[in-house]
Amino acid sequence: MTSKERAIADVNTDYLEKYGFHDPEEYLLRTPKGLSHEVVEMISRYKKEPGWMREIRHGALDIFLAKPMPTWIDPSMLAELRFDELYYYMKPLGKLTRDWDEVPERIKKTFDRLGVPEAERKFLAGVSAQYESEVVYHSFRADLEKQGVIFLDIDSGLKQYPEIIKKFFGSVVPAADNKFAALNTAVWSGGSFVYVPPGTKVEIPLQAYFRINSKNMGQFERTLIIADEGAFVHYIEGCTAPVYSSDSLHSGVIELIAMKGAHIRYSTIQNWSTNVFNLVTQRAKAYENAIVEWVDGNLGSKVTMKYPAVILAGEGAHGEVLSIAFAGNGQHQDAGAKMIHLAPNTTSRIISKSISKGQGRSSYRGLVKMTPGATGCKSHVECDALLIGAEARSDTYPTMEIAENDVSVEHEARVSKLADEQLFYLQSRGLSEDQARLMIVNGFIEPFVKELPMEYAVELNRLIELEMEDSVG
Amino acid sequence: MSTAQRTPVFSCEDLHVYVDEKEIVKGVSLEIYSGEKHALMGPNGSGKSTLAAALMGHPAYRVEGNILLGGEPIGDLPANERARRGMFLGFQYPVAVPGVSVASFLRAALSARRGKDVPVREFRALMDDAFKVLNMPRSFMARYLNDGFSGGEKKRLEILQMMILKPLFALLDETDSGLDIDALKVVSEGINRAAGSETGVLLVTHYQRILNYIAPDAVHVFMDGRVVRSGGPELALELEERGYDWLEPEAARAAGGAR
Ligand SMILES: Nc1ncnc2c1ncn2[C@@H]1O[C@H](COP(=O)(O)OP(=O)(O)O)[C@@H](O)[C@H]1O
Ligand SMILES: [Mg+2]
Repeated sequence: MTSKERAIADVNTDYLEKYGFHDPEEYLLRTPKGLSHEVVEMISRYKKEPGWMREIRHGALDIFLAKPMPTWIDPSMLAELRFDELYYYMKPLGKLTRDWDEVPERIKKTFDRLGVPEAERKFLAGVSAQYESEVVYHSFRADLEKQGVIFLDIDSGLKQYPEIIKKFFGSVVPAADNKFAALNTAVWSGGSFVYVPPGTKVEIPLQAYFRINSKNMGQFERTLIIADEGAFVHYIEGCTAPVYSSDSLHSGVIELIAMKGAHIRYSTIQNWSTNVFNLVTQRAKAYENAIVEWVDGNLGSKVTMKYPAVILAGEGAHGEVLSIAFAGNGQHQDAGAKMIHLAPNTTSRIISKSISKGQGRSSYRGLVKMTPGATGCKSHVECDALLIGAEARSDTYPTMEIAENDVSVEHEARVSKLADEQLFYLQSRGLSEDQARLMIVNGFIEPFVKELPMEYAVELNRLIELEMEDSVG
Repeated sequence: MSTAQRTPVFSCEDLHVYVDEKEIVKGVSLEIYSGEKHALMGPNGSGKSTLAAALMGHPAYRVEGNILLGGEPIGDLPANERARRGMFLGFQYPVAVPGVSVASFLRAALSARRGKDVPVREFRALMDDAFKVLNMPRSFMARYLNDGFSGGEKKRLEILQMMILKPLFALLDETDSGLDIDALKVVSEGINRAAGSETGVLLVTHYQRILNYIAPDAVHVFMDGRVVRSGGPELALELEERGYDWLEPEAARAAGGAR
């Protein structure tokens, strides 16, 4: 191991124990290494997709090949990402089932270890578990199904509701949006499709769990959530992957559509192993008086680039991003948010918290845009960075594009170091240095944690504890 | 029982404290017995807070001389270990820790002090009592530690912590400053109760006002890093009348004697 690899391996030592195990690679089908029109064709044919979807995929691949890598970040961040070395589609053994007992033993064990079925029994209305490229287990409460709520893996969604998918797929995140959105559109597989009928409130969260098992694997889930007029839904996603020395890529696209008066909350806790490039496009469209909230926690990964966005398209719509990122040694969390105010009297709030530890680096990259005619809009942005150790780094890149006068935009940014005086105060009450440090960090993320369902709050605090246990680099 | 047969709950001997290479505390010796209340009075900038923080084990200071707690040397221990053994520092400027509730902080502190987890029910009862004595609403439990607290609220919370943690020895650094008369009374009540249950107290202050409520057993005058005179409560009154200036010659003599 080079010293850099060691530093990376060092980041989340307990990750190995809890999430870092991997199963032997067994699969029904794997496309050849690398990316080409043949690979795209194989995926689409294997899935027996309609011709229009196949065309969308091929078109997107051309866009991907033509687009340069993102220019807004330090190119060295993505230098180690080798598109030719990855497998783009891998179908695991077994078929999609609603019956937990039918899930292949090995995969079942994996999700058991990750606590997925337990979580389902306790507090979820529906669960989807994706392994490599395909959803292997999917369950959903019958009463919600009766009310007309749709919660499917998206491949099944495409088969059963092609007209809805055709109408909305790519309507919020077009393939041409960015290189990784194009990549996802070309090779997407798995993900969720959710539709909530007018006036229906799904009070208990729906959850999807994503697991990458194989080496050099690309996971490209595609999620589409539509809340019709006055509907409510809370969707939660969690992700992990084993620790390998070679890199994997996770590049999802998530599209949310909140119709008039609808409310969608999308919560993510990602805890990738430190060899995963996590490059995700999350975007929502909010119509009149709709509310969209992204609650986004990013731990682990080698590089994360993620800027959840809300397009405030109808008058009175409200968008919110509440995010935390934890960057340990060798990690770069480039996260942020975008709020695009297209309609009058729309409001948005961004609260972004980052923790950089050791040689970790986090960046906030945000955009607030108010277009001509979007009068009476309000936006409030708060970025809070906590640095632990002298080498930790944090940067803020806020962009404001304001083309209206009658608006209010506030931006606050704070960088604090974990203060010696805070440590001493807590230590003088009997807490060890580690305990004190953990308490300060937990306090720092408390505004985020209290937005999570209890089970997730507990899990997140535990993950932060693991991150904090590693020696400061 | 005569003090001759007892061990002081706290003592220090010829204590010197340096910041970088600058000497701030220049040879201090004190002995405090269980249940005693001592006042350490001195002008601003004389080094009182430095002495207090160094005794608690602040890592920024280099310390020479012995510190004993319950007869055991603690000078080499980190702050948290001193706290576990029963040393307490009431801060002149308590530090805010946003996002951490008073309750979760105090429960962790008390568990550390006892070396085992405190049952929720018992903890609640202890907190209820302490809040009552200090005339603070219970809603403070859920507030973030010292975050957005007024000066007086912070000081009350320091005393509340002392009451919950039941230290052997409490250093209270200007816990009286910035308090209105009602707050001063409840804070004094907290200190008197602690001393009544065998805690030794060293109250650092530069006003004699609080001494009307806590009746100290001894008063030490502290100037330029040294105790220049020790006496009974009457010494505090004399300071109140005459200020510190009349002790300048004594301070100079102490400085000379040390050379
Ligand atoms: N960490 C430090 N760095 C530099 N100077 C310090 C530090 N701590 C205390 N001092 C100095 O020591 C002296 C005594 O300060 P302090 O102990 O706060 O006095 P008091 O509490 O009696 O008002 C002051 O001159 C102060 O500037
Ligand atoms: Mg002071």
